[in-house]
Amino acid sequence: MLVSIKFQTLAVAMAAALACASHAAPKINLVTSTQDFAALAREVAGDKVNVESIAMGYQDPHFVEPKPSFVLKLQKADLLAVVGLQLEIGWLQPLQTQSRNAKIQIGGAGYLDMSQYCEILEIPTGGQVTRAMGDVHPLGNPHYWLDPNNGRRIAKAFADRFSRLDAADAVYFAERYADFDKRLTAAEKGWEAKMAPYRGRKVITYHRSWPNFCERFGLQVVDYVEPRPGIPPTPSHTLELINTMKREAIKLILVEPYFDRRAPNKIAQDVGGEVAELMPSVGGVKEITNYFQLFDYDLNILVNLFQKLK
Amino acid sequence: MRVRMLAPGLLCIIAARLFAQDTADLLIRIKAMEARIQALESEVQNLKSEPGVAPPAPILQAPAPVVLGGAGPAAAKALNPDISVIGDFIGAAGYGANRKIPSLEMHESEVGFQEVIDPYARADFFISFGERGVNLEEGFLTFTALPAGLQLKVGKMRAAFGKVNTLHNHVLPWADRPLVNQNLIGGEDGINDAGLSLSRILPAPKGIFLEGLAQVYRGDSDNVFRADKRTDVSAIGHLRLYHDFSESTNLDAGVSYARGHSPFGDGTNQLYGGDFTLRWKPLRRAIYRSFVARSELVWARTTVTLPSLPFPRAATSKPFGYYVSGDYQFGRRWFFGGRFDRSQRGACLPTNPDTTPCDLPVPSTKLLQDTGGSLALTYWPSEFSQIRGQLRRTRYGEGLTANELIFQFIFSMGAHGAHAF
Repeated sequence: MLVSIKFQTLAVAMAAALACASHAAPKINLVTSTQDFAALAREVAGDKVNVESIAMGYQDPHFVEPKPSFVLKLQKADLLAVVGLQLEIGWLQPLQTQSRNAKIQIGGAGYLDMSQYCEILEIPTGGQVTRAMGDVHPLGNPHYWLDPNNGRRIAKAFADRFSRLDAADAVYFAERYADFDKRLTAAEKGWEAKMAPYRGRKVITYHRSWPNFCERFGLQVVDYVEPRPGIPPTPSHTLELINTMKREAIKLILVEPYFDRRAPNKIAQDVGGEVAELMPSVGGVKEITNYFQLFDYDLNILVNLFQKLK
Repeated sequence: MRVRMLAPGLLCIIAARLFAQDTADLLIRIKAMEARIQALESEVQNLKSEPGVAPPAPILQAPAPVVLGGAGPAAAKALNPDISVIGDFIGAAGYGANRKIPSLEMHESEVGFQEVIDPYARADFFISFGERGVNLEEGFLTFTALPAGLQLKVGKMRAAFGKVNTLHNHVLPWADRPLVNQNLIGGEDGINDAGLSLSRILPAPKGIFLEGLAQVYRGDSDNVFRADKRTDVSAIGHLRLYHDFSESTNLDAGVSYARGHSPFGDGTNQLYGGDFTLRWKPLRRAIYRSFVARSELVWARTTVTLPSLPFPRAATSKPFGYYVSGDYQFGRRWFFGGRFDRSQRGACLPTNPDTTPCDLPVPSTKLLQDTGGSLALTYWPSEFSQIRGQLRRTRYGEGLTANELIFQFIFSMGAHGAHAF
């Protein structure tokens, strides 16, 4: 009788285990340093990955406070995806160390530096790199996600890494990547067509956040509101910039939402131009909830202003 | 009996059906993929047969990047640590009473070496060069891959007692340390000793970060603990709680306990501490505006040997001290702050810096109270340098009042890793 009960109990347990095993593998827990990577990850991940990000789309990603609440996210992460190129040098390492999570330490199986998969611009070449140049990024410009080609590469890198961590769903991730690639290709055609009349236009940007974006859509960045990266505008540089803009008939200044608008507004007023507040990241405003909407939003602003500034 | 036999059987059947269903789904998906691949192959063949048309790139592969990765020179330092130097120059004018800050001083040059050691640990070394000597300020190994969410540090480190004791000089929002640190916690050097530190993030309600930490040190920190023998180790315990009220505002609070052999008598020195830090930093304006309010309270129970007493000649001194401060950022490069200090100290017991001229014939448990206030204005020419001016007024327990202007230059070279929050 006892043997019979034990056999039944074992049979029930085995049946339950078999039923459960035939269904979902545990989800991958992904933490990204920025919302852009989170958005790209969601395109590929579907319902197989929990995605969280640290920096918000409307904050300067160079200056994120390494709050202990972020440690709680990283503690359970299977994968940490970072921009790299020293963008996170001011805040990420203490979080990684305090997370007690071996997987996401540099070199760990769960550490993914996306810069190695992407086209990087403004890599300093020739001569010494020093802080006399300001808060320069000596390994190249980290704002590379603002080129849809790099967005494609990032998504592919996510698909590959997810497949490595969850081999059973490799086909699923490949299908989702293929679908994202197809939609992105179609969207790119629309964006290029929209920007085609304005290729070659000269612009000023506040910070060096837009090289990949401007190269992709044919805009020429002539100068910056900051005299050097990380140095606020000075009166002498502002005057030089106004003269440059007048001389070269440049009417548009691109500014991120987390910079002070007083200097760009004054410059634009003096040259009869406009300030375009572009979002450098997904989540910069509440209507930008995915990677496609980021370009839709920014390019619409640009097109409207270029039309106004004919 | 029949029901008992039937139930597991039914469950097995259901499980088998579910398994079969999953397998069937997978087969259907594979067949769909095969069909799609065949269609694509057919399309490629058609395109190839058209003259002058290049075959399309495979849809599942991303185009090869034009330039892979960042700059090559990064590989040149592949095995070298991150090296930094932070200079701290201080000058003072006015009447300092008991506090002996020189008129001009290259107060400290901190050289940092930081690197990952292996997949299991990282090391951080900070060597402090003063005008009169060299000191290992901190040098410790952190094991980052321990089980059960534990973290172990081994080496010489600033003890996790309160907040200010854990901070390096260049991170402080003032040119000096509060009176309570000077009088009761070893001043600028603080509780800083060789030992082990074990910490763990503790279970807590959602949204609360709770960390418990236990440390054991050799037991030597000037004016705080003294180890006369191996068993005179000191122990520190710290419990930290952190909570985000919003994305802009958060509270960091902690309680601390430290115990070791008293440097002033044959007995113990015990310190009880509480610390509070309230931060406000709106994310959209984070580089232009912030406010930080801080406070720490310390109660000490220090054994003091009094030769005047009959054996055992020990008494307990019970000083208390605290500070409250606020620092407001009103521009990208500008910070303004103030601090109020009040701290007791044992008469004739040394502090750091030593402000206790002793006119008593023998040590006693008499307490003197120092009270002070400071206003500080800090300008950051860039992220890598600071210029600070601080007006400081201190009324010492002996009846002396100091009024001083302190100015400070801090500058940083190299890659100094971010400090913990």
